[in-house]
Parts: sequence; structure tokens; C-alpha cells
Amino acid sequence: MDLALVWFVLIAVLWTGYLVLEGFDFGVGMLLGVLPRADGTGRKDTERRLLINTIGPVWDGNEVWLITAAGATFAAFPEWYATLFSGFYLPLLAILVALIVRAVAFEYRGKIDDAAWTRRADLAIQFGSWVPAFLWGLTFANLVRGVPLDAGHQYAGTLADLFSPFAVAGAVVVTLLCLLHGAIFVSLKTDGDIRARARRLAAGLAWAALPVAGGWAVWAQLAYSVTWTWAVVGVAAAGLAGVVVTTGRSREGRAFGLSALVLVAYVVLVFGSMYPDVLPGAGGGESLTIAEAASTPYTLGILTVVAAILTPLVIAYQAWTYWVFRRRLSVRDIPPPIGLTWQRIKDAAF
Amino acid sequence: MEALDLARWQFAITTVYHFIFVPLTIGLAPLVAIMETAWVRTGNERWLKLTKFFGKLFLINFAMGVVTGIVQEFQFGMNWSEYSRFVGDVFGAPLAIEALAAFFVESTFLGLWIFGWDRLRKGVHLACIWAVAIAVNLSAFFILAANSWMQHPVGTRFNPETGRAEMVDILAVLGNNTLWAAFPHAVTAAFLTAGTFVAGIAAWWMVRLVRTGDETRIALARDVYRPAVVLGTVAMLVGGAGVAISGDFQGKLMFEQQPGKMASAEALCDGEEAANFSILTIGDLSNSCEGVRHILEVPGVASYLGTGQFSGPDSYLPGVNDVQAEYAERYGETDAAGNPISYTPNLALTYWSFRLMIGFAAGSALLALLALWFTRGGRVTGNKWFARVGVWAIPMPFVASSFGWIFTETGRQPWVVAPNPTGIDQIRLLTERGVSTAVSPGMVLASMIVFTVLYGVLAVVWGRLMHRYAVEGVPDVVHDDSPEARDDDADRPLSFAY
Ligand code: HDD
Ligand code: HEM
Ligand code: HEM
Repeated sequence: MDLALVWFVLIAVLWTGYLVLEGFDFGVGMLLGVLPRADGTGRKDTERRLLINTIGPVWDGNEVWLITAAGATFAAFPEWYATLFSGFYLPLLAILVALIVRAVAFEYRGKIDDAAWTRRADLAIQFGSWVPAFLWGLTFANLVRGVPLDAGHQYAGTLADLFSPFAVAGAVVVTLLCLLHGAIFVSLKTDGDIRARARRLAAGLAWAALPVAGGWAVWAQLAYSVTWTWAVVGVAAAGLAGVVVTTGRSREGRAFGLSALVLVAYVVLVFGSMYPDVLPGAGGGESLTIAEAASTPYTLGILTVVAAILTPLVIAYQAWTYWVFRRRLSVRDIPPPIGLTWQRIKDAAF
Repeated sequence: MEALDLARWQFAITTVYHFIFVPLTIGLAPLVAIMETAWVRTGNERWLKLTKFFGKLFLINFAMGVVTGIVQEFQFGMNWSEYSRFVGDVFGAPLAIEALAAFFVESTFLGLWIFGWDRLRKGVHLACIWAVAIAVNLSAFFILAANSWMQHPVGTRFNPETGRAEMVDILAVLGNNTLWAAFPHAVTAAFLTAGTFVAGIAAWWMVRLVRTGDETRIALARDVYRPAVVLGTVAMLVGGAGVAISGDFQGKLMFEQQPGKMASAEALCDGEEAANFSILTIGDLSNSCEGVRHILEVPGVASYLGTGQFSGPDSYLPGVNDVQAEYAERYGETDAAGNPISYTPNLALTYWSFRLMIGFAAGSALLALLALWFTRGGRVTGNKWFARVGVWAIPMPFVASSFGWIFTETGRQPWVVAPNPTGIDQIRLLTERGVSTAVSPGMVLASMIVFTVLYGVLAVVWGRLMHRYAVEGVPDVVHDDSPEARDDDADRPLSFAY
């Protein structure tokens, strides 16, 4: 197999890692405004902190999958990286802003023990989780649909061109899948009242996802894709049906595996439809192919060796992290806030 | 303004901003790891207190480094897409390797370290912070490999069909002598930065406690803060010596590889032997040689910095006029649009940023000697000035680093990829040719405003939190939460939670 194709597949693997991992922590972030209740076993803020702490040790490691996907695209397909990032300028700007406020809010939320402060941090986390999920979905849908390119492989469309009905529907699908993935993750990682609530929500979301995601996938198939990806659509539909069944029976681990499978199928569908392009042209116009965008065999060879050694290692130590923090958390595990109160900040004396 | 100017301003603002947090991270990670090592080896609680205290400050800082770094990575594609097309084959590789080899380790093991106090055995927990410390330094290596290639492209050929630079030898790219000078320089600068940070804060606390006159507080100053002052001071001296030695080495390379940068750093118009190092020079605003007046000079030192000779024919330094003539002949007098190219960087900026880098760095390193004197033989001090100077010293290495980068990057202009005098001429790119063509000035302006405002707000938050948590001091009581120190297996609340 030629190396450019290997890297096309590896980039898909990196995006899969990103969506499967950051997908659930986006979901958890979105649920911050939905799941916590004051009438459960704890205060509402304790439940919010419970949610955040389910992803506390891992969200940063999950985000590096994105950094690696972007870096690998730069290295393996410079033309793709250049055209995509300059062409999708404003959506990427919004994603950056969202990721910035989200990460800072995670880290700084607990530093000050004050209702207004944590409220603002919670809003930042929610904004920072909804927006990227939606906009990555928009971006991928455009990769399936194709974008206007000129002969020099420059993006030739406008911002409005990125918001076609198909793309917006694709954005909704990814948002919904992340939300579902996050709800299942919460049911898998928590104990007590909130676990049951998360599971019920997940079952409902899975019902909703079946027609929405399924409908979009069929649309993609009919309008833009190739025959073999029908199989992937079938896998995704079966996965969602499985989520409905397993959440109903409290098999959270399996449900999580199945929703991860749905996300894998989604990425395969996207990359399968793009092939042999990395940026299909809109309406069959000028497009950018894998071969045109790729780096030299020498560079790809180096990257392949490095990735072959390091990727399994990364997966191994990240898996170990999940093992270390495998215990379910409940509101009883959440210690009192350790942040400084305004009073303490004011009298900074001994 | 054009998209080019906006993109340049945006790059300068966001990168310098990123590099406020970076050196502290690079230097503080090993220092915290050393503190925790001391705790594990000696069991002395003072080290656990210091680990927790500086660990918290480290985390507040780390978050900012992470979020501003992602912007940098995206920015190459967003604002500098033509640059990315040209260099991607060579330049992307270190970036991708950096992510795989370093960023994954950093973020994963830092998560384990933050939340793992009660989950991991002591030795494993300690290994996590060391993994972070090694990885942040490794990430510096790879990003500097990319940057050094822009300063001095090696291991690359030019493909006339695609018009792109193509890597032919990764070992040459990673063995670039520019890199092996820049890496120790940036890392030792980071040690200087973090050492000053630790020593400055600990000095302030020591004085504050001693001045209360209260015996138990003085004991705390002697027992906990004094060792931190000493540790920080040692890092400062090692870092200070390291930047001086590696900086001297960089100067020699710069003379060979980018003579225009050296000449403009000295505001040297016409080449001369035994060139003087001027301490004060004034010029006019036209960026031309006519207005340059050297007021105060040290004989021969500029030549020494560039060539290793104070005088004689080997000490010859070319001036900006010589470089302009040579480059015009070799790389053309006009650009693609037919405008004349000036091969002279901004004289005032390079001249002053070079001096401010050296000045601020030397200043903070000298203060380390002062601190050692005040704490000699187990002494603590209640001298108010000692605390003040300690606090003033903290920003100095940050300022030095920023000017170091401003110097390196603006001194490279008008190139974004500077030609290698002994390499292939086609491997070069003018900054004006690197900017994205599909992006309108309005979009760049929008992102520039967004980032400037957002970064401004975050700077205030970061500064306040750092300040407030530094004023909070070490915790009064610390617990050993490690699994081996617990007598029962009962579930208890997390020892750390957001
Ligand atoms: C605390 C930070 C710090 C300190 C104390 C110094 N520098 Fe520096 N300098 C930097 C921070 C820095 C930097 C930010 O790290 C740069 C930019 C790129 C790099 O690798 O280092 C740099 C670049 C840089 C360059 C340009 C290299 C090139 O572009 O090829 C030279 C010649 C020097 N330095 C020389 C010195 C000398 C002679 C110093 C004497 C004490 C010195 N620096 C201290
Ligand atoms: C791998 C690392 C780096 C790369 C690839 C890089 C690349 C670039 C690029 C593409 C530009 C645009 C050209 C221009 O504006 O003139 C630039 C400018 C600049 N960079 Fe770097 N840079 C790197 C590291 C840094 C760092 C760490 C700093 C400082 C903290 C820095 C400071 C600047 C400044 C101040 C400019 C503006 C120069 C000017 O406009 O005259 N750079 N750099
Ligand atoms: C302009 C080029 C640069 C790019 C594209 C870049 C990219 C990044 C990215 C994506 C991150 C986030 C990683 C994470 O999530 O853990 C990051 C953080 C970091 N970068 Fe940069 N970086 C640049 C310049 C530099 C330079 C020149 C150095 C060192 C000399 C450096 C050292 C670091 C370190 C140590 C971190 C860890 C986080 C922290 O600083 O707090 N970076 N960078």
C-alpha cells in the first residue's frame, strides 16, 4: 500500500481517537447545564463538580488527539492542512476560542470558592463543549459534501457556503452523538441518583439519534458517498439500537463501547466518502486528492516509523490512566471546595 | 492594514504571549519534581509542603501554556497557509513528532499527577512528575527544531515541479547546529526563569515571616522557605551560566548564518574589524544608516561575539550595507511585484531587543549571588529590601526571553525562512510570500481582535490567581495520601478534586 494512503488512514485513526475520547468529555461538558439537580443526594454544585471530576484527569490527554491530528495533517498533507485551515478560518477561530475558555474554566473553576465565579466557569465549559462539537460536525460534513476550490487549491467559497443544510444537519448529528456518548460516560463513571438520571437520558438520546443520525447518514450515502460505506451505516444503526437496549438494562460498559463504535463508524463514513480526495470539490468541481496533498515518501516514511513506535505506547499509557481512575464517583467522594473565598482573598494576612 | 501586517502582528502577539507561560513550565516542572523527590527520599514534610505549593502555581500556569499553544499550531494553517504549503514536508514533521512524543506524555501524566496523590504509590506518583518534566523539555526540542530550520534550513532539497521544500535528511534537520545552540539556550533560560520565580517568592515569604519576630514563624522561614530560596538560586546560577555560554555560541553561528541579523543587532552600517559593542546608540526613525550614532561603546566586543576575535582581520564583521549589497545580488533586488526588497531588519528593534535580553538576564543572574550571600550558612533574613528585590527579579527573565524571541524573529526579516548561505538558494521564503491568500484582511482583523481581548482578560485572571496563590503560602498541614501510608482501605473523599 502506498504511504500516502497509509497516512490517510492514520489521520482517520487520529480523528477517531479524538472523537471517541473528547467526544464524551464534550458531552459531559454539555450536560453540566442539564443533569445536575438540587433534589438528588447532594447540592447542585456538588453534582456539577462530580460531573467535571469524572473527566478531570483525562480531558487534557484527550485533547492532544486533536493537536496530533492537526500536526500530522500538516506533516503528511501540507496542502490539505493549508487549504482546510485557511478556508475554514472563522469556524476554526470559534473552535479555538471555545477550547481556550473551556480548558481554562476546568483548571480555574475550583480555585475560587464563589458562586458567581463557578457559575461563569460552568457557562464557559458549556459554551466550550457545545460549540466545538457542533463545528467539527459542520467541518466534517463539508468534507463529505465537497467545498468550492480554485485551480490553485485555495478555498474559493464564502462563509455561507459552509452552512448548507446538509452541513448543518451533520453538525447536529455530531453534537447529538457527543451528548449521547457523554451521558453514557456519566452513567458509567458515577454512582447514586445521578447515574440513573444519566442512564435514562442516554436511552432517550439514543432513541432520538437513531432517526437523526441515521437520516443524515442515508442522505450522505445517497448524495455523496460510495457503495461500500452502506455497511458502515448499517454498523452505526446497529450500534445505536444496541445502545437503546443496553442502557435499558443498565449495561453501561457495553453501551459505552457501542456508542464509541458509532463514532468510529461515523469517521469511517466521512473518510470513506472523501476518498480518493482529501478535499472533494463542491458539485464535482476542482478537488484536492490524497496524492496531490501528500508529503514526499521520505517524510511519510519517517512519520510512519515514529507513529508505529509511539502510537501503541500512547494508547497503552492512556488506557492505564483510565484503569487508575476506574472507580465510580459519587457525591460522597467530592471533598468540600478548596478554593479561596473572597473573604480570605481580602484579608490576605496570617 | 493589509492581511500581511495583521497576520504578522497577530503572530507576534500570540507567540510572545505563549512564551510567557512556556519558560516557567519548562523550568518549574523539573524543580517541582526535585522537591517531590526530596520528599520521597527524606520523608521531610517541608518538601511535601513546597511540592504542593509550587505544584499549584505550576498548574495555574500550565493551563495557559496549553491553551495558547493550540492557537499557535492552528495559526500556521490559518494565517500562513502559503508558508505551510512551502515548508510542510520538512516543518510539519517535528511538530507531529512533538505532539506524539511529548504533548501526550505531558498531558496524560500531569492528569495522573494532579489526581493521583491517593491512587498511586509514592514512587509511581513521583515518576509521573518526572515524565512531565522530561516531556516539556522534549517538546521544546522539537519546536525549536522547527524554528531552527527556519533560521538555518538544512537537510532539504527544492522541488522545482511543486515549488516546495522537501526533506531529504531528518538527521540533518534534527542535528542542525542552530538547534543545538538554541535548545540549550531556551532551556537554560527556562531554568533561570523558574529559579527566579521560586527564589523570589520564597525570599518574600522568608522576610515576611522573620519580620513578625514570632519564634514559630521564624522557624517556618528557616525550615521551609530558606531551602526553597537556595534551590531557586542554584537553578538561577546554572541557568544564568547556561544562557551566557549557549548565547555566546549562538552569536558565532548567527554571524555565519544570518550576517544581516548580527549587523543589525550592532547597528553596524559598514563592515569593520575590531567592531565595538555599543551600549547606547541612537538612530532616526527611517531605519536607515544615516541617522545612526554610537554614543557609548566597548571596544572589540561586538567582533568577539560574532567571530571570537577582538581584533585583526579575522574579527571583520560585515555591516547592513554590505549584507544588502550581497543579498541583492544573490537573491534579487526586487520581489515578485517588482518592489525593491530591503534585506535590513528593523534596526532599532533588533538593536534594543538584543540588549534588553542580555541586560535583564544578567541582572537576574547577578541577584542570585546576592541571595546566596544573604542565606549563607543557614541564615535567614528579615531585610525588607531583600524581599523587594526578590519580587522585582521575578519578571526579569520573562522580559529577557520575550526580547530574545523578538530579536531572533524580527532579526530574521524580511525572511520567514532565511536562506542558508552554504545551502541551496531556492530554500528561502520572504515573509510577505508566506501569508494566506484565501483569507481576507477582515477575517484576520476579527481573529486578532478576538485573541487580543481574550488574551487580555486571561492575563488578568492568570496574574491574579498566581499572585493570590503565591501570597497564600505553603499549606499549614499536609497529609501523606499515598496508598502505602493509609492504614485502612475504606473509601474516602478524593484527595484532590476540581
Ligand atoms: C531568559 C532568557 C534569555 C537569556 C538570559 C538570554 N537569552 Fe538569548 N535568547 C533567548 C532568551 C534569553 C530566547 C528566547 O530563548 C532565544 C530566542 C530563540 C532561542 O533559542 O533563544 C534567544 C536568542 C538569542 C540569540 C539569537 C540566536 C539566533 O537567532 O540565531 C543570541 C545571539 C542570543 N540569544 C544571545 C544571548 C546572550 C549572549 C546572552 C547572554 C547572557 C543571552 N542570549 C541571554
Ligand atoms: C517553532 C517556533 C516558531 C515559528 C515556526 C515561528 C514562525 C514565525 C512566523 C511564520 C512569523 C511570521 C513572519 C513575521 O511576522 O514577520 C513569525 C514572526 C514572529 N515570531 Fe516567530 N516563530 C516561532 C517561535 C516564536 C516564538 C517562541 C516567539 C516568541 C515568543 C516568536 C516571536 C515572533 C515575533 C515577535 C514575530 C514578529 C516578527 C515581525 O513581524 O517582524 N516566534 N514567527
Ligand atoms: C510557534 C510555535 C509553537 C507552536 C505551534 C506550539 C504549540 C504548542 C501546543 C499545541 C501546545 C499545547 C500542548 C498541550 O496541550 O499540552 C504547546 C504547549 C507548550 N509549548 Fe508550545 N508551541 C510553539 C512554541 C513553543 C516554543 C518555542 C517552546 C519551547 C521552547 C514551546 C514549548 C511548549 C511547552 C513546554 C508547552 C507545554 C505547556 C505549557 O507551556 O504550559 N512552545 N505548544
